[in-house]
Amino acid sequence: MLKKKIYLDYAATSPVTKEVLAAMKHYFSQDYGNPSEPHLWGQKARFAIDKSRQKIADFLGAKPQEIIFTSGATEAINLAHKGLIEAIRDTQNGKPHIITSLIEHKAVLETCQHLEKLNWAEVTYLPVDKDGLIKIEDLKKAIKPETVLISVMYVNNEVGIIEPIREIGQLIKKINQSRITNHQSPIYFHTDVTQALQYLNCNVDYLGVDLLSLSGHKFYVPKGVGLLYFRKKTPLVRQQDGGGQEYRLRAGTENVPYIVGLGKAIELVQQNKVQSVKLIKGLREKLVKGILKNQGVRLMGSSEKNAPHIATFLVEGAEGEAMLLLFSEKGIAVSSGSACTSGLLQPSHVLTAMGVPPEKSHGSLRFSLGKENTSKEIDYVIEIFPEIINKLRKMAPNLDIFNR
Amino acid sequence: MDNFQLYSKKVLKHVKDPQNIGEIKNPDGVATVGNPVCGDIMRLYLKIAKRKTQKEKQEEDYIKDVKFQTLGCGAAIATSSMITTMVKGKNFKDAGKITNQAVAEALGGLPLNKMHCSVLAAEALQKAIKNYQQKQKK
Ligand SMILES: Cc1ncc(COP(=O)(O)O)c(C=O)c1O
Ligand code: FES
Repeated sequence: MLKKKIYLDYAATSPVTKEVLAAMKHYFSQDYGNPSEPHLWGQKARFAIDKSRQKIADFLGAKPQEIIFTSGATEAINLAHKGLIEAIRDTQNGKPHIITSLIEHKAVLETCQHLEKLNWAEVTYLPVDKDGLIKIEDLKKAIKPETVLISVMYVNNEVGIIEPIREIGQLIKKINQSRITNHQSPIYFHTDVTQALQYLNCNVDYLGVDLLSLSGHKFYVPKGVGLLYFRKKTPLVRQQDGGGQEYRLRAGTENVPYIVGLGKAIELVQQNKVQSVKLIKGLREKLVKGILKNQGVRLMGSSEKNAPHIATFLVEGAEGEAMLLLFSEKGIAVSSGSACTSGLLQPSHVLTAMGVPPEKSHGSLRFSLGKENTSKEIDYVIEIFPEIINKLRKMAPNLDIFNR
Repeated sequence: MDNFQLYSKKVLKHVKDPQNIGEIKNPDGVATVGNPVCGDIMRLYLKIAKRKTQKEKQEEDYIKDVKFQTLGCGAAIATSSMITTMVKGKNFKDAGKITNQAVAEALGGLPLNKMHCSVLAAEALQKAIKNYQQKQKK
């Protein structure tokens, strides 16, 4: 039996890698100065931040002045949505209109609901199809003169579906050309690339986005650091007041070591992208094939339009949290979108939006892969999966077809 | 130390090795209860027998055998498993006294948002006893 622990929850978070830790180390107790200070200590820290910002800007095809470091994607998303609406709501005729989707991360959904509650914005939540994809046609129909912000995530964290960000970007560009000639304010486009960064093209011009957010801890940086990219001239009012850091858009002394770590990690992503996409894609294919050999199991998302690191299944006759506990007992970390797993006892809003009824999302199970996973580990997971689901199915009432 | 987990060691033990799983053919009492909060289902089967009480030499009904089937979370499995071990061999008076809190306590406690799973187990037991008593009346 395999005694090693197998971590298959990389979409939740990831370990900090050696290289990232090594890059950060220096800035805890050696070059620990405050970047706002003109002395040597401070300027060393300032230089480190600038270097990291430049690396990240290069990766995203942006300018360093367009990157604001934050405490993570959640903060970046809050800043993007609230900051934009606050900046333009007085210049607008009528209430600003936001279009987003039903499968966004809670950071987007709750922020939009907050803006609705303040009566600062009206929000349209686009539906998705059974794979989790929004339809461009629905988006087109939802756009109206008051629309100022469209916010759609690049890769969904629960099922891994890839949304057509570039296509949306092109559509918005076209609309904005006519808006500008008519002296109307443009539509701004936000995307959350937290789950996409390692595997897909996140160049801001390729995507055609004005705002982009991400969190570092999904790609081997410590928890608590991320960023917002904002295209030059995108109106933004800062949401955290205080000192003049981050181009006066995010007050508070910079988290120097973490920012350095973020830059290093993005550098590593750039170096290893081709290789890691290949590796992880192969592992996912193997996992999916192996798991689907079991009866009463369905793969969510789409076979062509899915990120390589996420595979989510619906298992009939077994509850997600119970599966998760039995996996954990075997030393394997997975996750679930079942109501029982969530602290609020509500089924995953993503699966619900995809048309999955609660009794089906009850059996949802997400595997998410990362760079430490091996083919052997996948073999082991495939091997013990039937054991776990059969154990739970035997326990369950009234599901005779599975009680083999 | 070591108490970092959402669930107590006892809960995890019952999830791993649940007691009295399965079905009793021709049960004397049976009840199926569902949890509207998160959609789990629990079914409890009772086999009832008669025995002489020690003191008064009277006859009483007691739970000779009990089995459960559950589709639900770790807490749902652990509470159903635990309640079966608690009621086995008890007469109705004593079995009726088993509250969901008692089940949760016997498991070394449950997280607050999982207490409703223990309510379900207690409810299944009460309903299965009632089911038996109603059958007797007929
Ligand atoms: C797609 C997506 N967006 C946003 C977040 C939020 O990141 P954080 O909690 O680091 O702010 C996450 C991670 O939970 C995510 O997967
Ligand atoms: S069965 Fe759903 S939370 Fe316990």
